[in-house]
Amino acid sequence: MKPIIYLRCFKGIVLREALRFFHQKERFFSALVRPLVWLGIFAAGFRSVLGVAIIPPYETYIPYEVYIAPGLIAMIQLFNGMQSSLSMVYDREMGSMKTMLVSPIPRWFLLISKLLAGVFVSILQVYAFLIIASFWEIIPPITGYFTILPALIFTGLMLGSLGMFLSSAIKQLENFAGVMNFVIFPMFFASSALYPLWKIEETSEWLYYVCFYNPFTYAVESIRFSLYSQFNFEYTAGIVIFTVIFLILSILGYDPARGSLQKKGGS
Amino acid sequence: MSTALQIKNVSHKFGEFKALNNVSIKIDSGDFTVLLGLNGAGKTTLYSLITRLYNNNSGSIKIHNFDVREESSDALKNIGVVFQQPTLDLDLSVEENLHYHSSLHGLSFADAKERIEEEIRRIDLTEKLKNKVRSLSGGQRRRVEIARSLLHKPKLLLLDEPTVGLDIGSRQMILKHVKSLCKKGELAVLWATHLIDEIDKGEKVVIIHKGEIVESGDVLKIVKKTKQKNIRDAFNKLVGVKV
Repeated sequence: MKPIIYLRCFKGIVLREALRFFHQKERFFSALVRPLVWLGIFAAGFRSVLGVAIIPPYETYIPYEVYIAPGLIAMIQLFNGMQSSLSMVYDREMGSMKTMLVSPIPRWFLLISKLLAGVFVSILQVYAFLIIASFWEIIPPITGYFTILPALIFTGLMLGSLGMFLSSAIKQLENFAGVMNFVIFPMFFASSALYPLWKIEETSEWLYYVCFYNPFTYAVESIRFSLYSQFNFEYTAGIVIFTVIFLILSILGYDPARGSLQKKGGS
Repeated sequence: MSTALQIKNVSHKFGEFKALNNVSIKIDSGDFTVLLGLNGAGKTTLYSLITRLYNNNSGSIKIHNFDVREESSDALKNIGVVFQQPTLDLDLSVEENLHYHSSLHGLSFADAKERIEEEIRRIDLTEKLKNKVRSLSGGQRRRVEIARSLLHKPKLLLLDEPTVGLDIGSRQMILKHVKSLCKKGELAVLWATHLIDEIDKGEKVVIIHKGEIVESGDVLKIVKKTKQKNIRDAFNKLVGVKV
């Protein structure tokens, strides 16, 4: 199959996701309202309770709003990844997933294209959030708006592929509430999104390790460093490794011959 | 005449439940074949195997001599599918839906535009091209799905209960349209249904019941063989229920 065929297919999948995004304005607003509620209400309430010491990449004491901004950016991507991936299997998108899977183009390519299309949408949401967040004086260096982009692509891909893997593997997650309870909330709270890891270590060692090995922590920290135009090898490597693992699992999950689709599809 | 679809000895299980048992079907180019069976007979499972949504572990499925499992890309290139569930994106326009499908088959924008215009004219919905799918009636949505399934010029069209839930007028219009597509002799159609009145004399029928093919061939031949008055009675006799 010629490369141009792949390119057309990729363009088509991304364009569809973008069109859906622009047609569903309420989806865009709800994606923005969620982190803004955290920023405007939660952070305002907690800023006096939680003091944050000087930790990299910050060079000075920072308000709590500034600390949680990368976590909220990662939350946008987490919700987006879970929503777009899980909706593929459930409700009305089930049909459109079928039409995609019967395309002659290799399935791994279709799935990665679909993931990247979701990442593209999440990046639009993140930049919209960053513009609004500037009213809370969350203003990174101007280069940060550019250096965050590669990190967003990887973290979006990682969280999207995690969602895709879950959508192929778990039969019982019938609705989004289940995903909220069992995936999104534990991942979000057991991470460095709302509090630095050293604070957790002071309270509970085992919880610290849970947070430390949580892929979402790697997403948050990669975003945090890249937003301040810094590169952290450890977190970046973690993201890449997690992305590769989740991607392989989700591609296997959607392989009719091997994955969980086969288990669902019988033998 | 070339063979569009050749299914040989395919069985399929869900746990202990045997959904298909040793199914064999052959369809030639230009054939309009009805896959007739009650709900739960195994029609959708068979379609899922032909389209490789499920993997066939036994027997073989070939589309124009391409094995679905071994040469899936070449096999899938030749298939157009209309699923039982509606699969159009309601928030996109008819045109956007059709362009999306064209891209999944690697068509260039210019080619896709030309084919979309051609297919949409054929189903008489040109004036709805820019409308959101949500604003279309059930019958119109089905016609768009059929147009969509033909955009990449497949040689085999699979339709899974395409008229369920539609009014009589829409049902007949869709049926007539699909039958006319076969007339040129290039396209083969496998039309799954549980509605016996969709079958005309002289057509080919494959009767499936509890995962097994209980009879197949020309309608008249089956009626004669079962010594019944019509295909409805023949079907009732073969599956042991009254519909």
